[in-house]
Amino acid sequence: MNRVSVSTAFLGLLRRDLQIAIRKRSELLNPILFFILVVSLFPLGIGPEPRLLGEIAPGIIWVAALLATLLSMERLFRSDFEDGALEHLLLSPHALSLLALAKVLAHWLVTGLPLILVSPLLGVLLHLPAEAIRVLPLTLLLGTPILSLLGAVGVALTVGLRRGGVLLTLLVLPLYVPVLIFGTAAVAAAAAGLPVSGQLALLGAMLALALTLSPLATAAGLRISAD
Amino acid sequence: MLEGRHLTSVRDGRTLFADLDLQLEAGRVLQVEGANGAGKTTLLRILCGLTQPREGTVYWWGNDIQRHRAVYHENLLYIGHNPGIKLELTALENLRFFQAMGGHDGTAAALTEALDRVGLYGYEDTPVRSLSAGQRRRVALARLWLSTAPLWVLDEPFTAIDRQGVRQLEIRLLRHVQAGGLAIITSHQAICLDDCPVQYLELG
Repeated sequence: MNRVSVSTAFLGLLRRDLQIAIRKRSELLNPILFFILVVSLFPLGIGPEPRLLGEIAPGIIWVAALLATLLSMERLFRSDFEDGALEHLLLSPHALSLLALAKVLAHWLVTGLPLILVSPLLGVLLHLPAEAIRVLPLTLLLGTPILSLLGAVGVALTVGLRRGGVLLTLLVLPLYVPVLIFGTAAVAAAAAGLPVSGQLALLGAMLALALTLSPLATAAGLRISAD
Repeated sequence: MLEGRHLTSVRDGRTLFADLDLQLEAGRVLQVEGANGAGKTTLLRILCGLTQPREGTVYWWGNDIQRHRAVYHENLLYIGHNPGIKLELTALENLRFFQAMGGHDGTAAALTEALDRVGLYGYEDTPVRSLSAGQRRRVALARLWLSTAPLWVLDEPFTAIDRQGVRQLEIRLLRHVQAGGLAIITSHQAICLDDCPVQYLELG
């Protein structure tokens, strides 16, 4: 029996979470369905005026993506907490922060990535200019991992509570606001034919910060919740 | 050697135990007894480092387990009340996950053999959802046949296990302590380990 390196444990956990997600197909489809439904209801609600839709499209798509992520976050550690699997992570000799990162990555791959893939289609639906449709997936690619990473900290802190959902929203939503602002600003700037590298650089910086700090905070939160 | 000094635990304003000292030498088994709600599981979680005691410290060979967490957890095998079995995964996949988290890998052959030992031959690729309660428990217990950790902490390992399975577990446990291992167990039934002395700790 050999000792495994932390990368093997990381990949093993990632693979396990993906396997579970694929076998629970209904939960897999929930966020993406929510995202598509919310966005496609807007033209029905405010009328099919292309100019108006094109103008508010960045905000609609980003808000819908943000809420879809937030709604799916709560399940990140829930089942592991309830069935005791979380104890295996806490008692692992490997760094808990890296294991938490593996879980967030798996969660993002099944909830965040599909949102990015369908977003150009929704951009077309809302008459977003072609320039902006090119930038939109890029902003989501930088932005949704931040949402997942920040959300994980909130989930780790609230997973032990019976009704943590509302508290999670209150904890996490203020942290989501800067991401939303720069995400929509980049798409709106692209629609107006302006350069977007500034907004994208800021999103990238936020991602780098979240990637390095939030796994540590998530690990600390999980230890407190499991106590 | 595992040592707990002045352990005090308070849950929801109730003192479960106060100023508890315990000591377990290599090659010994400690059975924690007590009524439901007496704090057996809490004590076990404290000894694993999952829960912080209100006061007191746990030492593993003289080292504070909270300060030397990674080393301690390499030496520890804990099977809790909820063993963390995923219903969507097969028995083999569950076992492979436990091993990876515990810091060990295992060839498919070794994992299959461990499942065989707990009477799950032929169930390796069955999703755990379609196994019985006792069989699910056995998937978690298969780790005992793979473990090289010197300290075992088992919370109610015999729950839902049939008589023959209990006997197999006792034999595995005996081999473990004879090889110099330590084990801490909560159980409502007496464990029979032939000539191996069992220490008892009564809570509540």
